[in-house]
Amino acid sequence: MRQLPLSRSAATDTGDPTPWPDRIFSSFAHLSAGTVLLVLSAILISLIFGGWSAMSKFGFGFLTSDAWNPVTEDFGALVSIFGTLVTSAIAMLIGIPVSFGIALFITELCPAWLKRPIGTAIELLAAVPSIIYGMWGLFVFAPLFADHVQPWVSDNIGEWPIIGALFQGPPLGIGMFTAGLILSIMVIPFMTAVMRDIFEVVPTVLKESAYGMGMTTWEVTRRIVLPYTKVGVVGGIMLGLGRAMGETMAVTFVIGNANHINASLFMPGNTISSSIANQFTEAVEPMYTSSLIELGLILFLVSFVVLALSKLLLLRMTAGEGKIT
Amino acid sequence: MDMSLYRRRRAINFVTMTVSVLTTLFGLFWLAWLLVTLFSEGFQHINWAVFTESTPPPGSTGGLANAIYGSVLMTVVAVLIGTPVGVLAGTYLSEYGRHHSISGAIRFVNDILLSAPSIILGVFVFEVVVRQTGHFSGWAGALALALIVLPVVVRTTEDMMRLVPDSIREAAVALGTPRWRVIVQVIYRAARSGILTGVLLAVARISGETAPLLFTALNNQFWSSSLDKPMANLPVVIFQFAMSPYDDWQHLAWAGALLITLGVLLLNIIARVFLRPQERN
Repeated sequence: MRQLPLSRSAATDTGDPTPWPDRIFSSFAHLSAGTVLLVLSAILISLIFGGWSAMSKFGFGFLTSDAWNPVTEDFGALVSIFGTLVTSAIAMLIGIPVSFGIALFITELCPAWLKRPIGTAIELLAAVPSIIYGMWGLFVFAPLFADHVQPWVSDNIGEWPIIGALFQGPPLGIGMFTAGLILSIMVIPFMTAVMRDIFEVVPTVLKESAYGMGMTTWEVTRRIVLPYTKVGVVGGIMLGLGRAMGETMAVTFVIGNANHINASLFMPGNTISSSIANQFTEAVEPMYTSSLIELGLILFLVSFVVLALSKLLLLRMTAGEGKIT
Repeated sequence: MDMSLYRRRRAINFVTMTVSVLTTLFGLFWLAWLLVTLFSEGFQHINWAVFTESTPPPGSTGGLANAIYGSVLMTVVAVLIGTPVGVLAGTYLSEYGRHHSISGAIRFVNDILLSAPSIILGVFVFEVVVRQTGHFSGWAGALALALIVLPVVVRTTEDMMRLVPDSIREAAVALGTPRWRVIVQVIYRAARSGILTGVLLAVARISGETAPLLFTALNNQFWSSSLDKPMANLPVVIFQFAMSPYDDWQHLAWAGALLITLGVLLLNIIARVFLRPQERN
């Protein structure tokens, strides 16, 4: 150990230990890595900066006000936040069970030769651009939905107490429910991919011993796979939720762009992202733009928290995996 | 043995497994429906003029040439900006700071950027570029797209470089190779197809992105090859034309939608074929 300082100084004495091309390359690598951190902080700072005048004018009242009047320059985020929450909730309600079912199918039921094609096909759902979902939703899905599904649902479920209020209104085809449904299709591939990957890490020994005890496939899933992977499953769901909240174009096509809070899911509304997409270029007054940027800031912060939570849970999943196996 | 309990368990299993198959069919059903719609609506409107003529005023015929050109140009610029930075940042994570505590933070932030709402990137570039220069421009659009390319490339580069066994690094270093040459000539070469896959996936992701372009590149009715001016691009043209009441415009929107989707799906499939040998290792 005593030799260490001596040998170190010997190394510096023999001349420059790192030749200049090495130093240049290494500093470029360091700079680029720093850029990643810089981008995130720059986004945050610029959003705060851009939304500052709206923040100082409306304060926290911005979050609870349902006003959105460009003429009187009175703005509030409530309607957009409500729309984002409701559409994401619908997307999760449909998306979670479906993603779980698909992941289960791929890991437990699917014959080996079919795994890859089906996995790829589901992933291609994620590759289809958002705007294509929007066009398809507006021109193909919405008319069919309005003609064949909505009238029936309104007539039958619309009369029920409490839940009925969710399904009333004219059959427009577009609206919160359609947006939520399309969002669910868009986030299914992300949640499926995460769930499939973590279902695969369950040690085969565990599953085989359960099967050996005479458990059915469902019981193995319910009592072995799910308890083992629950942290990761929640992480995957969070990832899907983060995606759903920020999704823009598909929602912009089918949400209807109306600044009202309505109990019925069949009525048009607005989400944070669709408000920005629809109005940003037509916003001329500084306060209008600033309010939209503050909306963006809210979306950024909320999705940051959700995505960070998802990442932490998934990290915990992989950390636990090392311990148990 | 209690046969009724056994039968109940079998029944529950049968029901849940059937539901699992149904959910898979549910997922595939939407993909099939989307593709069928795109082909039936879009294919009939694809003709030579789509590729040779610029976007028309309402009521007359035209094509998407300026939008295709703008999209390709901005994609190329975005990849040229995003890839070097991304590859170098991935290099840092894999080679220089693999166990450094800041690397954890960088990976974390990168993964968040990977899933961050793309419209936020549009707002950011609007604030930083459009507002400062005073006008919408192709550069702004390309920069917004580059911010989407960056995290994808960082992630795949790091993953692929870490797959290269340490023994190869040690062998190269033992020959007296400087570190940068180990990275550039040995590790990059070994991870090349994986890194290329990342770039392809990034291209696939940005070629359909609309939200970040809405208020950065805006749109341009005419042929313009200058990145310094507002620039036509396929996604925004599709958005405007699809929302318009004119039949001609809507037809062009469907044609453009089919083109983009085919391009994106093709890129994804090519990327998967590239990635395949790597996955087996």
